[in-house]
Amino acid sequence: MEASEVPVATVTQRSQKSVESQVGRIYEGFAKLPPDAQFRMLELKRENHIDYLKGGLRQLPSSFCILDALRPWVCFWNLHSLALLGESFDAQLQNNIVDFLCRCQDPNGGYGGGPGQMPHLATTYAAVCSLVTLGGHKALSSINRSEMCMFLRQMKHPSGGFRIHDGGEIDVRACYAAISVASILNILDDELVQNVGNYILSCQTYEGGISAEPGTEAHGGYTFCGVATMIMINQVNQLDLPRLIDWLVFQQGKECGFKGRTNKLVDCCYSFWQGGTFALLQRACSTIDQQLVIPVGGNTFEVNFNDIGHNFVKRRVEMEPLFDGRALQLYLLLCSQEENGGLKDKPGKSRDFYHTCYALSGLSVSLY
Amino acid sequence: MDSDEEQEWVPLKNRPEWSDVVPVEQDDGPNPVVPIAYKEEFTETMNYFRALYRADERSPRALQLTTEAIKLNSGNYTVWHFRRLILKALSADLQNELDFTEDIARANSKNYQLWHHRRWVAEILGTNATTQELEFTKKILSHDAKHYHAWSHRQWVLQELGGWEDELDYCHELLEEDVFNNSAWNQRNFVITRSPFLGGLKAMRESEVSYTLKAIVAHPENESSWRYLRGLYKNDNQSWMKNTQISSVCLKILIAKTDCIFALSTLLDLICHGFQASQEFRDAVDALRNSDLEQAESDLAKTICSLLETVDPIRVNYWKWRKSMLCQDAN
Repeated sequence: MEASEVPVATVTQRSQKSVESQVGRIYEGFAKLPPDAQFRMLELKRENHIDYLKGGLRQLPSSFCILDALRPWVCFWNLHSLALLGESFDAQLQNNIVDFLCRCQDPNGGYGGGPGQMPHLATTYAAVCSLVTLGGHKALSSINRSEMCMFLRQMKHPSGGFRIHDGGEIDVRACYAAISVASILNILDDELVQNVGNYILSCQTYEGGISAEPGTEAHGGYTFCGVATMIMINQVNQLDLPRLIDWLVFQQGKECGFKGRTNKLVDCCYSFWQGGTFALLQRACSTIDQQLVIPVGGNTFEVNFNDIGHNFVKRRVEMEPLFDGRALQLYLLLCSQEENGGLKDKPGKSRDFYHTCYALSGLSVSLY
Repeated sequence: MDSDEEQEWVPLKNRPEWSDVVPVEQDDGPNPVVPIAYKEEFTETMNYFRALYRADERSPRALQLTTEAIKLNSGNYTVWHFRRLILKALSADLQNELDFTEDIARANSKNYQLWHHRRWVAEILGTNATTQELEFTKKILSHDAKHYHAWSHRQWVLQELGGWEDELDYCHELLEEDVFNNSAWNQRNFVITRSPFLGGLKAMRESEVSYTLKAIVAHPENESSWRYLRGLYKNDNQSWMKNTQISSVCLKILIAKTDCIFALSTLLDLICHGFQASQEFRDAVDALRNSDLEQAESDLAKTICSLLETVDPIRVNYWKWRKSMLCQDAN
């Protein structure tokens, strides 16, 4: 056996290097272009994105069979993206969306992944957000609030968390879906809030970020869900925010975009899950200031059930963004945008509606 | 694998054993949004599934149908849920379920439903399943060492069924292969804080600090090992600040002048918790400064923040903010 002087790079190092060089080539090429060409490359291909998204609402190919239990999600990803692009929906399309989502609504509350499927918290979240995005009497009144309340209570677990569906898994994602739906429909109450804060706290890991379940690894998606939930129940002061922020800022790497976990690869969807968490924390800055002086824990506050989070979002931002928004924009526009519409995880991957939605959401956050 | 099964799909309406069932079409309405151009096989299988689900028929043929439906879309949680109801009603042999989920995982293992199902099965099988479950997750992790669902399942197995004995060694093996594997570090934290055999974090701290410092010295650019080190002092900032081994390693890395970001940020953290840095630290930090670019600060913590603003430009806003918070502390 030959002794090698240079240690062999590990799997993590090799995959990271490969993405860095791919992304690096794009930025180098960009830097060499004349200003007018650079300007064109930095354009958001709005019309093409709109065509791509509207096409998805109209018809999906057979390869989408594997997303057959996520149809309200596909609806939300596309609608939310279109709303971010400032595109309006004609009356016919609005009616069709409301009508379709009504068919996904369970007679006993909540929405399933398609007509006739059991209600599921994540698709319930997607359906409710879609209808709220549409707004108007027809869309909003189609949500069966009293049955929804029953469904959310049924999903509540003694640990404080929620099951994602009857007999389903318990995780931070389910907590966020339940609390945010209850909050936006103004049906949040003590019973639903009971212990959910402690459940989220038990998921803040030694790294600072939040995991899916107690013990698993800190992750961007669950961190957003956990922080947002804590804000809605007025307990964000219970989290160790300085550690959380320290973890969060290190998720933005040389590639300029965000990754989801320490030493993983950049992926445009975390532009929102990580970037959006910054947007939330910028509004909780007085709590962070306090924690830097007095350790975590502090007072517990009552939940104001009438405040559906709107006041929080409208709060004056007293803090500059802690991440590099311009760098994030470069990643999204140069590395993740498809010329013909849609956005993708990273160079070499294909566009899809999920990544398009969260890349555009991240772009929006970076412009605040 | 089952190539003839894939070639020879017989429509359900042509199978005599299904002749008594009236298929139920999906109620998509006249103008559905996000409609999928289903293949014939998919539509028909789901139409028969809906019929049995609606009739709540918990029979062997219903079980077979859920197998077919799951193979077409392993993300359909309703089908998985109904499958569990059938398995219970039939008191079916759950060993087959382990094979079935493994089969599904081969095609796509990144799916909440299959792991939830596997957990349900293992919970019923109890400690009989321990070894098998640990082996199964090990196999998945050998292809993708950061597989979130596999780690989650493995942690559940350890906590509910046991098998902790070799877990620290397993973490070590994975870190030997790839010291940048943050999931393996996370698992290591899980083991030392929760294993009933190791005496908990405090008992493990000293040996873990040595282990981690070695990894840090070998790769000072590795964020995972630094975070793991900090985690060993979760809720115990006093001991963190007082451990001179840690500050010494920071100093050593600063003097070497390469990959200093984590050493600097750790030193900043130590100082914020009351660590009194000696002249040696100041000299090492000063030696990293490009005197033309950065103004000298009387305060070491501020100097570190300014230095980080230049050596770690993507986080310039963060380091500026940290510096501004230092001023606030002083007031």
